[in-house]
Amino acid sequence: MSVDIEKLAQQEYKYGFVTDVDQEIAPVGLNEDVIRMISAKKDEPQWLLEWRLKAYENWLTMKEPTWPNVHYSPIDYQSISYYAAPKNMPKLESLDDLDPEIKAAYDKLGIPLDEQKMLAGVAVDAVFDSVSVITTFKKTLAESGVIFCSISDAVREHPELVKKYLGFVVPANDNFYAALNTAVFTDGSFVYIPKGVRCPMELSTYFRINAENTGQFERTLIIAEEGSYVSYLEGCTAPKRDENQLHAAVVELIAHKDATIKYSTIQNWYPGDSEGKGGIYNFVTKRGRCVGNNSHISWTQVETGSAITWKYPSCILEGDNSVGEFYSVALTNRRQQADTGTKMIHKGKNTSSTIISKGISAGFGQNTYRGLVAIGKDASGARNYTQCDSMLIGDKCGAHTFPYIEVKNSTAQMEHEASTSKIGEDQIFYCQQRGLSAEDAVSLIVNGFCKDVFKELPFEFAVEAEKLLSISLEGSVG
Amino acid sequence: MLEIKNLHVSVEDQEILKGLNLTVNKGEIHSIMGPNGSGKSTLAQVLAGRDTYEVTEGEIIFEGKDLLELSPEDRACEGIFMAFQYPVEIPGVANTYLLREALNSVRKYRGQEPLKHIEFAKYAKEKMKVMDISDNLLKRAVNQGFSGGEKKRNEIFQMQILEPKFAILDETDSGLDIDALKIVANGVNALRSPERAFVVITHYQRLLDYIVPDFVHVLVDGKIVKSGGKELALELEDKGYGWIEEEKTAANS
Ligand SMILES: Nc1ncnc2c1ncn2[C@@H]1O[C@H](COP(=O)(O)OP(=O)(O)OP(=O)(O)O)[C@@H](O)[C@H]1O
Ligand SMILES: [Mg+2]
Repeated sequence: MSVDIEKLAQQEYKYGFVTDVDQEIAPVGLNEDVIRMISAKKDEPQWLLEWRLKAYENWLTMKEPTWPNVHYSPIDYQSISYYAAPKNMPKLESLDDLDPEIKAAYDKLGIPLDEQKMLAGVAVDAVFDSVSVITTFKKTLAESGVIFCSISDAVREHPELVKKYLGFVVPANDNFYAALNTAVFTDGSFVYIPKGVRCPMELSTYFRINAENTGQFERTLIIAEEGSYVSYLEGCTAPKRDENQLHAAVVELIAHKDATIKYSTIQNWYPGDSEGKGGIYNFVTKRGRCVGNNSHISWTQVETGSAITWKYPSCILEGDNSVGEFYSVALTNRRQQADTGTKMIHKGKNTSSTIISKGISAGFGQNTYRGLVAIGKDASGARNYTQCDSMLIGDKCGAHTFPYIEVKNSTAQMEHEASTSKIGEDQIFYCQQRGLSAEDAVSLIVNGFCKDVFKELPFEFAVEAEKLLSISLEGSVG
Repeated sequence: MLEIKNLHVSVEDQEILKGLNLTVNKGEIHSIMGPNGSGKSTLAQVLAGRDTYEVTEGEIIFEGKDLLELSPEDRACEGIFMAFQYPVEIPGVANTYLLREALNSVRKYRGQEPLKHIEFAKYAKEKMKVMDISDNLLKRAVNQGFSGGEKKRNEIFQMQILEPKFAILDETDSGLDIDALKIVANGVNALRSPERAFVVITHYQRLLDYIVPDFVHVLVDGKIVKSGGKELALELEDKGYGWIEEEKTAANS
């Protein structure tokens, strides 16, 4: 067969290199001392340390969730190191002070940190293992009052904002991984857009796991004041390693009256090899609160990496007329497993939400969509549109959907569409007959399938996402 | 240009083509007619490289190359085109996008530079006029929701874009109204040249009034049982296929 869908060729993960930098790594294991150490390293105020310790205490009593439709051997939380940072890391005033190895690593990833070389109009916060190594365009942004820095810097420089909003959306004991993150989070990005300001550039954070045997626990907090607008994008990669690595992030978004936050993710953590060895466990909690009237939060995600993905970027629509959106492409190839979706919690009047989920399974991949749309009793006039499509490539993979709906107000309008399709050999052959290789044909068909999601991404990244999808599909046809 | 010798083809252990011979030279137009299920589409699919059909015996030489050794896409890049009897739908993929990708893939194979968006648009414009393809049809997803006639016109439009050396058209006239039939015929005739050859599969001699063939072959039960000129098509339309089979039986006894 020229289109041998069974034959899974080895696909090369292009970001699997390791950077040789002097690292300071905490001894493996988790206890109060480790948490105190992290807090001390970051020079944190007492309230934050106490918050961490309380979360840790909670976490000890919590159980890892078993309801997701994913399977893996138990994680030994005492065999992970919870802090890794490049050594000799003074506060960087300019890029010249950055370790050349780290700079080279980002160059190799296609994320040049030189402001001159960067994509025009995109500011980057680069997080390397547990710490933010540099944030570009800080000054330009500061001119319009926008704060874009690492969360550690924010704790020092804007303690009142951090204290007010940290945990405002995701409480410390929200779930097992969120509690763990709260106890040990190391870095991440902080964004504050003042009243009436339209953020003059795209903001993005680039997460890179480098060190061995460490977990990455980042924390991102984005606050959009009344009438403001921001578009933010995160990207992630990690080296190829045989062991699984844990990534448990928490992202909190707060949109005040008339504010809009667009949050996009291109997640390309190392997915493991074709046998399912290695790869990142991506267990993250992402949630936004539309607290003000007419506020708007939009999540767009392209999930192609990780061995296991467990994430449900959600919106709590509290303000009247607030809008929540979730656009997702999740691809599982080889032995990857993903259980992802969203929760749209309608509380305010005339709130509306849109969910568009495109799941693609190839190889032995297992892809689950899990979504909840809840209409509260006071949420009169709420509307939801859900479209949930799955595509199968080959016959060893699986697609599953678990849509949950809870309606407590009879005026709600709900619309749900779902489909499952298989890439047909006749479609592939048709493209081949016109001159495309089987692989190009598959990526053409899959990109067509994902179009409604890609068009939500900032333009520069839509192209990136298409490329990434094609790379991730390599080997899905032989 | 194309030489098919003693071709035997099976699907799921059932023999469909049973020793087919056919030679097509540059500049020629051949028409293949024959009853339903006789193996016409099978021949087209085998030429294009569809792997559900197993070639158990025989050979196909195209411009000196062993065609059976080539992947479907390499055959396409070598200049073989097939207009499908049943064109497939590809949701989300714009017609124009597939075509540009396809053309550029063929150009790459030939060592030519890819066409940029603007260049492609200019190139496609001319062909759109010939085939009466609207901007709208070009932007829509490949064949999705196209009417039967639009699908067939689109096939020939694709052929116009790709400018193959050899094309096999599988019942491109089926389901066309008379205006569309003329458009399709125009599209084929516009490409006619001493360097190109066509094989036109049809059930109706009507098409052959517009695309005048040099040869007409009758395919029955996996073999070409009779060949002739254009007048053979008229005779078939008149008398059906029965008499040929009787003639054959008589000759064999
Ligand atoms: N993929 C397949 N699997 C099983 N049988 C097939 C397949 N393709 C073709 N056949 C069989 O092979 C025979 C020839 O089919 P083919 O499509 O080539 O006929 P045709 O001459 O094009 O007929 P029509 O005039 O109806 O289009 C038929 O009996 C058909 O059922
Ligand atoms: Mg047929």
